[in-house]
Amino acid sequence: MSSHTLIKGDRDSQVFLSLLLVVAITLPALNLLVPEANPLHVSTYTVTLAGKYLTYGLLAIAVDLVWGYLGILSLGHAAFFALGGYAMGMHLMRQIGERGVYGNPILPDFMVFLDWQELPWFWYGMDHFWFAMIVVMLVPGLLAFVFGWLAFRSRVTGVYLSIITQALTYALMLAFFRNEMGFGGNNGLTDFKDILGFDLHTDATRVGLFLASAIALAMGYLACRYIVTSRLGRVAVAVRDAEDRTRFIGYRVEWVKLWLFTFSAVLAGIAGALYVPQAGIINPGEFSPLNSIEIVVWVAVGGRATLVGAVAGALMVNYGKSYFTAALPEMWLFALGGLFVLVTLFLPQGVIGLLRRKESLK
Amino acid sequence: MTPLLDDVRETWRRDRAWDFLSPRTSQKLDFSHGTALYLEDISVSFDGFKAINNLTLYIDAGELRCIIGPNGAGKTTMMDIITGKTRPDSGTAFFGQSIDLLRLSEPEIAELGIGRKFQKPTVFEFHNTFENLELAMSGDKRVWSILRAKLSGEQRDRIDEVLVTIGLQAHRYTQAGSLSHGQKQWLEIGMLLMQDPHLLLVDEPVAGMTHQEMDRTGELLTSLAGKHSVVVVEHDMDFVRSIANKVTVLHQGSVLSEGSMDKVQNDPQVKQVYLGE
Repeated sequence: MSSHTLIKGDRDSQVFLSLLLVVAITLPALNLLVPEANPLHVSTYTVTLAGKYLTYGLLAIAVDLVWGYLGILSLGHAAFFALGGYAMGMHLMRQIGERGVYGNPILPDFMVFLDWQELPWFWYGMDHFWFAMIVVMLVPGLLAFVFGWLAFRSRVTGVYLSIITQALTYALMLAFFRNEMGFGGNNGLTDFKDILGFDLHTDATRVGLFLASAIALAMGYLACRYIVTSRLGRVAVAVRDAEDRTRFIGYRVEWVKLWLFTFSAVLAGIAGALYVPQAGIINPGEFSPLNSIEIVVWVAVGGRATLVGAVAGALMVNYGKSYFTAALPEMWLFALGGLFVLVTLFLPQGVIGLLRRKESLK
Repeated sequence: MTPLLDDVRETWRRDRAWDFLSPRTSQKLDFSHGTALYLEDISVSFDGFKAINNLTLYIDAGELRCIIGPNGAGKTTMMDIITGKTRPDSGTAFFGQSIDLLRLSEPEIAELGIGRKFQKPTVFEFHNTFENLELAMSGDKRVWSILRAKLSGEQRDRIDEVLVTIGLQAHRYTQAGSLSHGQKQWLEIGMLLMQDPHLLLVDEPVAGMTHQEMDRTGELLTSLAGKHSVVVVEHDMDFVRSIANKVTVLHQGSVLSEGSMDKVQNDPQVKQVYLGE
């Protein structure tokens, strides 16, 4: 199925993809072609910030797929994001090579610092980009598959599932904090130099990463759109609304959940892998339960089961976060909590729902 | 050790011990003798309470049968046995001449063409009527297949046909959540029909319906008989009288009386059970 038939007649998709295209053309152009003195110039900082927001958008879509359409409230999706990020971070660490502080061609700095003699086995092969990219998708996917296999087959649902997803990400955070794990402990992975031979500190590379994020978001969106408009998507909504009934009709509910959850985790992993080179660091803080809850707030604010709403929510809440954490840092968590309460009470369909209602009133 | 072994021997029927050795009954539906469902000498007890007691019941192919009985008479348990949810302690249950229902799992029985409608209507509220029927359609339901599934012209026609049967063609694109109670019940019957059932088990279809809705439901169920065997469990006597030619009265897990509504109503035993005379 071509992307054309996928979005035909769907205004949300058309508006969203057009906007994304416009941003993906204008921002790089204003950054690279307009001289810095010109008021229209967009700083590289802004481009990178926008790139990070786009990866958040992809992450939000992944959560919307399982929460909005399938009814699985995952409070641990940041774990998949962080795992993808760590896989990318490992690759970037190995790319540093002899340029590290200790100049060891094989071992990343933190391993030399810990007095390790050789590379742990799970760092093998990460110096190859293609291999790292497979790991980016495989590790979150595999974790989600095993976790989902255990959880969905024993028919763990609702709040219990949410709690164990939360426990999952918390356990991973504690594990990654340990130096013995071999992922840089507390400090995580940072000091990246280049990606695929391009210097990470140049404007052009930053713009390239931004564009890659935009493309990943568009592809991820289309993939999810393909799923939710298929019969599988309708079955997912059926599972969300009446799980037993769906099972009774003859659908293997466990498999529907398992595959969508796994796919969603892979998307989150890809988002994480694109986020890390733009953020310049990945540390165990990314696993913190709060991060996962924040994603859920993005989706709730934008509007569940709309996909575009998830992206809109991610952008708006993160813009608010950037503003708040600069202006009133101590107020951010209150603002986030308050936002969630307000949206739940007054905007159950999120911002997109509000827009749609306005339109239908006209 | 020995008492345990004896216990095992006693509970584990010899002829069932090696399931794969016994000849597999043919899986082909065979209604050639005109009977769709045979329940013979079925008994089942829960914690000593005999929910079903030597129940013997035959349902003809294409028949519309109403089953009535006071609370605790075993109506729901009987449905559970037919659909494989409950296993009887003794007795036999055959679907047609050849299929032993007691050896099949719930999904297998559903696939064979025994559809059950529960008391409370559960439709997929966020899907429209058409999509509800589409989801209920029989066919390959594995994840990969439903990701790529497309409706063929024939399947569309089939859905439209059922929409007409259940009288919801005007509500094709109405979200199921905004249908009335009666319409939801019809939609659910339609969802059963999409699975091409041979036998429909319908549990209290008119509970909570208006009179007009009841009449419509009666018409719908009578129109289904002939093509399908329909078993209706119902409390509402007026409704039963309006649709049934044959009624079975259950009491304490076995058949108390069977026959036309008039015959059953004049049966002294039935009067005693229902009216305490």
